[in-house]
Amino acid sequence: MTDLTDLTLADARARLRAREISATELTEAHLSAIAAHNPRLNAYITLTADLARAQASAADAALAAGNAGPLTGIPLGIKDLFCTKGVRTTAGSRILADFVPPYESTVTANLLRDGAVFLGKTNLDEFAMGSSNMTSAFGPVENPWLRRGSNAALVPGGSSGGSVAAVAARLAMGATATDTGGSIRQPAAFCGLAGIKPTYGRCSRFGIIAFASSLDQAGPVARTVQDCAILLRSMAGFDPKDSTSADQTVPDFEAALGRGVRGLRIGVPTEYRVPGTNPEITAIWEKGLAWLLAEGADIIDVSLPHTKYGLATYYIIAPAEASSNLARYDGVRFGLRDAEPNDDLIGLYEHTRARGFGSEVQRRILIGTYVLSAGYYDAYYLKAQKLRALIARDFTNAFAQVDALLTPTAPTAAFAMGEKMDDPIAMYLNDVFTVPASIAGVPAMSIPAALNQDGLPLGLQVIGNSFDEETVFAVAAALERAAGFAARPGQ
Amino acid sequence: MSLDAATVRRIAKLARLHVAEAELPRLADELSGILGWIEQLNEVDTSNVPPLAGTMQMALRLRDDVITDDITGGGRADEILANAPGRAGNFFTVPKVVE
Repeated sequence: MTDLTDLTLADARARLRAREISATELTEAHLSAIAAHNPRLNAYITLTADLARAQASAADAALAAGNAGPLTGIPLGIKDLFCTKGVRTTAGSRILADFVPPYESTVTANLLRDGAVFLGKTNLDEFAMGSSNMTSAFGPVENPWLRRGSNAALVPGGSSGGSVAAVAARLAMGATATDTGGSIRQPAAFCGLAGIKPTYGRCSRFGIIAFASSLDQAGPVARTVQDCAILLRSMAGFDPKDSTSADQTVPDFEAALGRGVRGLRIGVPTEYRVPGTNPEITAIWEKGLAWLLAEGADIIDVSLPHTKYGLATYYIIAPAEASSNLARYDGVRFGLRDAEPNDDLIGLYEHTRARGFGSEVQRRILIGTYVLSAGYYDAYYLKAQKLRALIARDFTNAFAQVDALLTPTAPTAAFAMGEKMDDPIAMYLNDVFTVPASIAGVPAMSIPAALNQDGLPLGLQVIGNSFDEETVFAVAAALERAAGFAARPGQ
Repeated sequence: MSLDAATVRRIAKLARLHVAEAELPRLADELSGILGWIEQLNEVDTSNVPPLAGTMQMALRLRDDVITDDITGGGRADEILANAPGRAGNFFTVPKVVE
């Protein structure tokens, strides 16, 4: 029998229901893999082995009684940005190092309702701000993939670096993640996984520690498109506790996987052909288009004229919202207090926040405070909101002509730890292909398409129209079948 | 847009972040670099474009003004205070603010 940790989530679900395997042995196999590999990868910040064993035991009882839910007995990693009742939730920050939420996020509550087993809380860039997982206060995460013939440690991407490293290294069958400007899709691409950022409003933000509220959206990462479809169906759904939650029925995303792409119009945004793009990224993009053409899709050039302004727009809006959201960490009500003995109240705030937040978070708070400050609001924040309207309109116009867009996910494969660390803008450029869909709120998915010359995975991104994740899944599944990506790290 | 040390000091004060004097020039350089890069947005004429705050095209919902079964429902002082770094009875503690 194959190693249980190698099963896809869909296979495990079938075998659990057929009682060929038990939830307990499936969970134990993952806990053993975590014990063996997490010391190197640092994918988990907090392990919840006892909780996982109790949940697995309850899952086995449910399976025996014949009342299994959609995820009964499936071991998952939970990004440490989702509040989990009674389980420490850090956001990768020193300021929340000892925070134990008294409530459960809606997304994780939905997964628990459906029978999932939680192995632990996965590492991330501090407050989900980063593209490398190097900003975590709990140390960087290592990508389980290595360049062929090299032992240099690579980043897993970010911010959901722990989630993708865990799933790629078989330390979880799937994981929750969040995406504000690419934090699901770029790390999925770097680790050879599938990951979808659904439409803004599809998954409740209640209980997800806020970064930039008008952009933050939860989604799954997993090893197959089908596994993502299974997870997203459980995670999504209307929630009155989130004022921007969409009151829309959640479709059976799995049912869309076999639709095929015959007759679908697939758009190629010409502005994504940036001069100087890495030739292997251009090559896999062309190959993806050829696969869809061969499957019967029509390939159509479209224009998203404001694409080049996406990143700069994002780096006003996201820090502005972050500076406001992170004002709550004051050293008084929860989280770290680290002040000087003679500090007054202002001194307590200032010292606590300076010592509790890392440098990237402080940089973004300062930028955000500046662009919202009197005299600069119109020049920066209002300007960015206007650009946001233009970028969103680009997508509306494109989706009047096509059913989905195909682009690369990231401008490069995974890079080495320490690279791009000196220049914040070089790091921000990682998100050049992912940020526009975040700004427009439309769903977008990365799927692994091929290995590059160094043996590292490259991802393709499928972008769909609002609340049309089913088409995204249909196109992603067709690409997955054509790509036949079977490589795994450590081989 | 180039920020000077005095501006960074003022922003840090607004953001309630303690920044050592020696750090101000480095931060001013970094933030100026990012703001300079952002200024490419000025190439776009947005005079007739209405700003977009978010992508949900809907009015915010109202709910009945009743106590819900969540943490804001009252009677959960211990849960709310459980993470407080300083607590006295059912209160958060702060340094003395009134002499």
